[in-house]
Amino acid sequence: MKKEEYLKYVEETTKRADVKKTFLFSFLFGGLICALGEALRLFFLNFSLNEKDASACVSCFLIILTAILTGLGLFHKIAKIAGAGTFVPITGFANSVISSALEFKTEGFILGVGAKIFVIAGPVIVYGTAASIICGLVFYFITLLGGTI
Amino acid sequence: MEFLVSLIKAFVVGGLICLIGQIILNKTSFPPAKILVGFVVAGVILGAVGVYRPLLKFCGAGAAVPLTGFGNLLSEGVKEAVKKEGFLGIFKGGFSACAVGISVTIVFGLIIALIFKPKRK
Amino acid sequence: MKIKRGVFHFKTPICVSGYSAVVGEMEGEGPLKDEFDRVLKGDMFGEKSFEKAESKMQQIAVIKAMQKANITADEVDLIFAGDLLNQCIGTSYGLRELKIPFVGLYGACSTMAESILVAAIFLESSHVKKTVSVTSSHFCAAERQFRFPLEYGGQRALTSQWTATAAGAVVLEEGEKTKIFVKAGCVGKIIDFGVKDINNMGAAMAPAAADTILRFFKETSTTPKDFDLILTGDLGEVGSKALNKIMQEEGFNLKEKHNDCGLMLFDLKEQDVHSGASGPGCSASVLCSHILKKMHFGELKNVLFIATGALMSTTSNQQGESIPAVAHLVHLKGEV
Repeated sequence: MKKEEYLKYVEETTKRADVKKTFLFSFLFGGLICALGEALRLFFLNFSLNEKDASACVSCFLIILTAILTGLGLFHKIAKIAGAGTFVPITGFANSVISSALEFKTEGFILGVGAKIFVIAGPVIVYGTAASIICGLVFYFITLLGGTI
Repeated sequence: MEFLVSLIKAFVVGGLICLIGQIILNKTSFPPAKILVGFVVAGVILGAVGVYRPLLKFCGAGAAVPLTGFGNLLSEGVKEAVKKEGFLGIFKGGFSACAVGISVTIVFGLIIALIFKPKRK
Repeated sequence: MKIKRGVFHFKTPICVSGYSAVVGEMEGEGPLKDEFDRVLKGDMFGEKSFEKAESKMQQIAVIKAMQKANITADEVDLIFAGDLLNQCIGTSYGLRELKIPFVGLYGACSTMAESILVAAIFLESSHVKKTVSVTSSHFCAAERQFRFPLEYGGQRALTSQWTATAAGAVVLEEGEKTKIFVKAGCVGKIIDFGVKDINNMGAAMAPAAADTILRFFKETSTTPKDFDLILTGDLGEVGSKALNKIMQEEGFNLKEKHNDCGLMLFDLKEQDVHSGASGPGCSASVLCSHILKKMHFGELKNVLFIATGALMSTTSNQQGESIPAVAHLVHLKGEV
C-alpha cells in the first residue's frame, strides 16, 4: 500500500463524533450558560450596579462557579457532553487556567502552578492583548487625523 | 415577561456562538487553544468595527459571556483609554478592561490548587 | 542466530520463567480483571505524584515476577526497561532500589517487545543467564505530559485511545525451567506513512506493525496459519482495521488469528475509552497476564507478539511533523 493510498484510507475510515448530537449539546449548554449569565446580569443591574460592573460581576460569578466545579472534578464531565458549549464561554477560559494550576501543583507553587497556570490560556491573553493594541493604534491615528471613535 | 424574553435572547445568541465553536471543533483538527485565540481576536475586531455593541445591547450576557465578549471588552477598553489618555491609552485600555476577569481567575486558580487534587474520573 | 537483517532465531532455549502484571483501578474493572497479579486502588497508590505511582507499579511488577520465577534481585544479570515519561523516570525511580545492572530502552508503546527481544539476544550470547524485561504507563502521568491537565474540559476524538495504567514484567532465563520459550524475533524499522493526527495513533502505527509482520513472514517462510495468535500491542479499533486492510492487500488474511491488547484490556462498550487502550503498560500487562497464563496452561502454543510504538513527541507534533512508528516482534512458543 502506498503512503498516499493509506492516508486516503485513514481519512475515509476515521470515525467522527456524532455531529448532530454534539451540535445540539453545544448549543444547549452554551445557551444555558449565557442565559444564567443574563439572569445574573439583570439581578446585578437591579442592585443599582452600572452596565460595566454588572457584566464584570457576571464573569466573576461564572469563573468562581467553574473553579469550584473544576476542583470537585465535575467540570470535565459536563464539558465532555457540552463540548464548545462550556469551552467557548468564559467558563472554558477559567477551566483551562484552573485545571492547569491544579495539575502542576506537584511541581511546586512557583515552578509548577505559577509557571504553568497559563499553559493553555496564555495564547488567548497574548493575542487578545496584541489585537487590542493594534486596534488602539488604529483608534489613536483616527483621533490624530481628527476623526471620532 | 421582559425578564424571560431577555433570557431567551441570551440563550439563543449565546448558544449560536458556541455552536460556531463546535462546528470549527468538529470540522477541523485545530487544538482548542487555537480556536479560543480565534474567538478572542474575532471579538476584538468585531468590537473595534462597532458590530459587537448592538449585539450586546440586544442580548446582554448572550454576547458578553462567550470569549468573543472578552475580546470585545479589550477593544472597548482600548477605545475608551485612547479617548481619555491618547497614546498611552493604547497600552493601558485592554488590560484594565479585562483586569477583573483575569485576576479572579488567577486567584481562584491558586485557591483551587491549594485545596484540591487532580483526579482521573 | 541471525536470519536476515533484523530477524533473529534463537537456538539456545530461552524460557519465560516468571511474569507478572500490575494494573490500576480502571484496568482492574475490565474484562481481564481476574488475570492480574495485583490491582492497585486509586490513582496515586499512596504516592505523592502520578509519576511516583507509575514507578511503584513497575517495581511491584518486577518483584512479583522475580518471586514467581523463584529468583532474587541479586541473581538477575541484567534488567531491560523503559517507559513513556520524559527521560524514562518511571523506570529509573521504580528500579532504583533493586540494584540490578540496568539497560534503559525507549520504544514508546513498543517497549515490552523491544525489551524481551533485546534480553533474548543477550541471553543467546550466553554472557548472561537471567534477565528481567519490564515496562509501564500511567494514564494520569501520560495525560499531563502529552495532552491536557486532567481536569481540563475537552472532548476526546473517537479515534483516540486511553493510556493504560499498568505495568508488566517478564523474567527470561536460559534453560528449560518452564514450557514457554522465546523462539524468534524481528526488530522493527521506523515507518512513517505521514499520519499527523495525534488523536489517531492506531492509524499511525498500523503500517509499522504490518512492515514488521510481513518481514518476519517472508524471512521465516511462515504465514498466519502457522500461529495460534497474532497479538498486536495497542493499535486499538482503528489501527487493527488498518492493519488487517494492509495485510489483506499483501495477500495475508489475519482476521481469525489477530487480536490487539488495546482491544482486550478494556470493555470498549462500557468503559468509554473510545478506540481502545494504549501505552507500553497496555501490551505489557495483557501479555504478562492473560496471554502467558494461557501459554502456561497450553491453551496457546504459538504466539506472535508485536508491540507497536509511536515515536513522536509533543514538540515534533507542534512543529507539524508526522508520526513515525516502530513495531517489534517476538515469537513465543509452547515447546523448545
